[in-house]
Amino acid sequence: MNNTAALPIPALSVRHLTVAYREAPVLWEVGWATPSSGLVAIVGPNGAGKSTLIKACLDLVPRLSGEVRIFGQPLAAVRRRVGYLPQRASVDWDFPATALDVVSMGRYPRAGWLRPLGRFQREAARAALAEVGLADFASRQIGQLSGGQQQRVFLARALALEADLYFMDEPFAGVDAATEKAIVTVLRRLADQGKAVIVVHHDLATAPHYFDHVLLLNLRAIASGPMSSAFTPDNLARAYGGRLSLLDQAVAAAAGAPGAAPRG
Amino acid sequence: MMNADFFAALTLSLGHNAAVVVLGCAAFGLAAGLVGCFVLLRGRALIADVAAHATLPGVAAAFIGATALGLDPRNLWLLMAGGALSAALGALAVRAAAATRRVRDDAAMALVLSAGFGLGVVLMSVVQSLPTGGQAGLSHFILGQAAGLAEVEAQTLIGLALVASVIAVLLFNPLRVLCFDEAFAAASGLPVRALDLSLTALMLLVTVAGLRAVGLILVVALMVIPAVTARLLTERLSIMAPLAAALGAVSGWVGASFSAAAPGLPTGAVITVTACALFLIALTLSPTRGVVAAGLGRARMGYRIGRDHLLRGAWEELEQLRLGPDAPFATAAIAAAWGWSGPRSLIAVTALRAAGLVRPAHEPGFLRLTPAGIVAAQGVVRRHRVWELYLTRAGGVRAFAAHRGADLIEHTLPPDVEAEVEAWLASADPAIARLAVPPPVEGAPA
Ligand SMILES: Nc1ncnc2c1ncn2[C@@H]1O[C@H](COP(=O)(O)OP(=O)(O)OP(=O)(O)O)[C@@H](O)[C@H]1O
Ligand SMILES: [Mg+2]
Repeated sequence: MNNTAALPIPALSVRHLTVAYREAPVLWEVGWATPSSGLVAIVGPNGAGKSTLIKACLDLVPRLSGEVRIFGQPLAAVRRRVGYLPQRASVDWDFPATALDVVSMGRYPRAGWLRPLGRFQREAARAALAEVGLADFASRQIGQLSGGQQQRVFLARALALEADLYFMDEPFAGVDAATEKAIVTVLRRLADQGKAVIVVHHDLATAPHYFDHVLLLNLRAIASGPMSSAFTPDNLARAYGGRLSLLDQAVAAAAGAPGAAPRG
Repeated sequence: MMNADFFAALTLSLGHNAAVVVLGCAAFGLAAGLVGCFVLLRGRALIADVAAHATLPGVAAAFIGATALGLDPRNLWLLMAGGALSAALGALAVRAAAATRRVRDDAAMALVLSAGFGLGVVLMSVVQSLPTGGQAGLSHFILGQAAGLAEVEAQTLIGLALVASVIAVLLFNPLRVLCFDEAFAAASGLPVRALDLSLTALMLLVTVAGLRAVGLILVVALMVIPAVTARLLTERLSIMAPLAAALGAVSGWVGASFSAAAPGLPTGAVITVTACALFLIALTLSPTRGVVAAGLGRARMGYRIGRDHLLRGAWEELEQLRLGPDAPFATAAIAAAWGWSGPRSLIAVTALRAAGLVRPAHEPGFLRLTPAGIVAAQGVVRRHRVWELYLTRAGGVRAFAAHRGADLIEHTLPPDVEAEVEAWLASADPAIARLAVPPPVEGAPA
C-alpha cells in the first residue's frame, strides 16, 4: 500500500490542526511533518501547547479541526506502532504494582490483553527495565522509587511497547545529569534502529546536540525543519517572544561559541 | 448448643439448605473481594456505597409494582432487577450532579445516598400498608438475613457471584491498566469508557447479588475490607486480587455459619465483623505494612544505633583520657556527647547491660566495658574510622562531613560493602589496615 519508496513517509504529519479546551484555541492551524525517523524536538515556552499537540495526535483530546497521519495512516490503523510517555504520569503511586509490573503493562498491546504474559514477554519487560538501568529495582513497589527512577520506569514501559514512533513529553524533567545521558543513549539507540522519537524538550542549550529536527511551537507552528536551519535566534525569539539576549546566549552556547560552555 | 451448630454450619453439615446458604455467602464474598480490588483502586468505593443505598427505592418500587400487576412480589429476580435499576440511576445521578460543577463530588454522593435511601424508606412504609406487605421481609434487604434464604435464592447468589468473578478474571489486565494509568490505557487503544462501564456493571452485579444475604447497608463493606486487608499483605495486584477474593470468601463462609447457628443475628453484620477482624489481624501482623513489624523494625534500629554510639563513645572517651579499654567511664559523658536525654541513656545502658557489653563500675554513675564489650567496641570504632578514611581519601570529602556521613550509614552497612571498604583500605594503606583500631581521622570531631 505504501510503496512510495522515493518519498519517505513522514512518521508524523499534521495539517491544519486546531485544538481548544474552552473558548480560546490552544493550538491554531498547526501544520508539521517530521522525517520518517530520527530524534525530533518540540520546543516552546510553558503553555505553548506542546503537550496538547501530542495528546491531539494520540486522540487523547478532541480536535476542532485538522488531520493527523502517522506513517501516512490514521492513528487507529497504526496504534500498535505508537508509544507515549506522558509529561507527568498522573498515576496512583500507592498502586499495588512493582516496577516490573508497570513495565509489563507495555507488553499487553503486543501480547494481547486477555491472557497472562508468557515468559518471552516477561523477559522483554525485564530487558526494557534493564535498559534504563533499573534491573535491581524490578520488584520495588512503584511508589517507593525516587522521582527520577519513576520517570525511568515509565520510559521503560514505553520502550517495552517496541513502537516505531514515540511521543515523549519531557523525559528529562527532574532527572540528574547521569540519567539524562543514559536516556539520550537510549533515544539514540532507537533512532539508529530507524525509529522516530518526538521529544518535548525545554533545555535550549542541549537541544541542538540531542536532536536532528525541531518544531518551534507557540500556539502556532513557528518554524520547523532540520536543527541547523530552524533553530535560529530569530525563530526562537518569535517562539518565546522577546528575551532576545538570553536566547542568543543559549544558541551561542549550543553552537559551542567561546565564553559559553556547551553541555551534554 | 450454639457452638455445636456453628461448627456444624462451618463444616456444611447443618443440613442441605444451610450448606447452600453458607456456600452462597462464601461465593458472594469471593466475588465482592475480587471486584472490590478494582472498585477500590479506581477510587469508586464511595460510589459503590451510594449505589448500594440507592437499591432500596428500586426494591420497594418493584414490590409495589408487582403487587399492582398481580405478579409475585417476592420474586427475588424481580426485586433485584428493581434494585439494580435504581442503583444504576443513583450512580448516574452522582455523575450528572458532579458534572454540573455546582456541587462537589463528595457532596453529590452524600446527596444521592441520603435521597435514595430516604425515598426507599418512604416506599417501604407504603409496602407495609399493602395487603401483601405485612410479612414482606423486605427489611432483610437492609441488614441481610442469609439464614432465611431459600435454596434457589442461594443458588442465584452463587450463580451471580461466579459470573462476576469470571468477568473480573477475564478483564483482569485491562482493568489493572485502567485503574493504574487511564491515560496510558487510552493511548494503547483500550476502550476506556466501555471498561469503566463494565467495572460499574460488575460493581452493581455484586451489589444486587449480595442484597438479600448481606443487606444494602453493608454490602460495600465486603468490597472494601477484603481488598484493603489484602493490600496490607502484598505490593502486587496479581497477589492482592486472589488474596482479597479468599479473604472475602472466608468472611462470607464464617459469617454465614454464625448466622445459621443463631438466626437472630443479621448476616451482613456478622460477615462484616469477621472481615474487620481479619483486617485487624493483617494490620497488626503484616510483615511489610503491619504495626508490629514497623515497631519492631524501629526498635531494632534504635537499639543498634544506641549500642554503637554508646560503645564508640566509651572507646573514644577512654582513648582521649589515655586510659585502658577496661577502665571506668562516666555515663554522663557519653550521654552529653550524643545529646541523650536521661531516659534515652537509661534505656541504652540497660539494653547494653542486658547484652553483657557493659557492667557498672565501683564508682556510682560509671560503667566499664566487659571483655565482650571491648571486642564489640573495637569493631564499631574500626568500622567508623575505616569509613571516615574511605570517605576522606577515596571520596574527597572534608573530614567533618565524612564523620557525619560515616555516622549516618555505618549502622546499616551491608556486609559486602563493608568487606569492599576493608579491601580498599588494605591496598591503600596496609599499615593502618593492620591496626585493630585505626587512629581518628585528623580534623574530625573527637
Ligand atoms: N485540561 C485543560 N483544560 C483547560 N485548559 C488546558 C488544559 N490543559 C492545558 N490547558 C491550557 O492549554 C495551554 C497549553 O497547555 P499545554 O499543556 O499543551 O502546554 P505545554 O506547552 O505542554 O506547557 P509546559 O511546557 O508547561 O508543559 C495552556 O495555556 C493551558 O493552560
Ligand atoms: Mg507540557
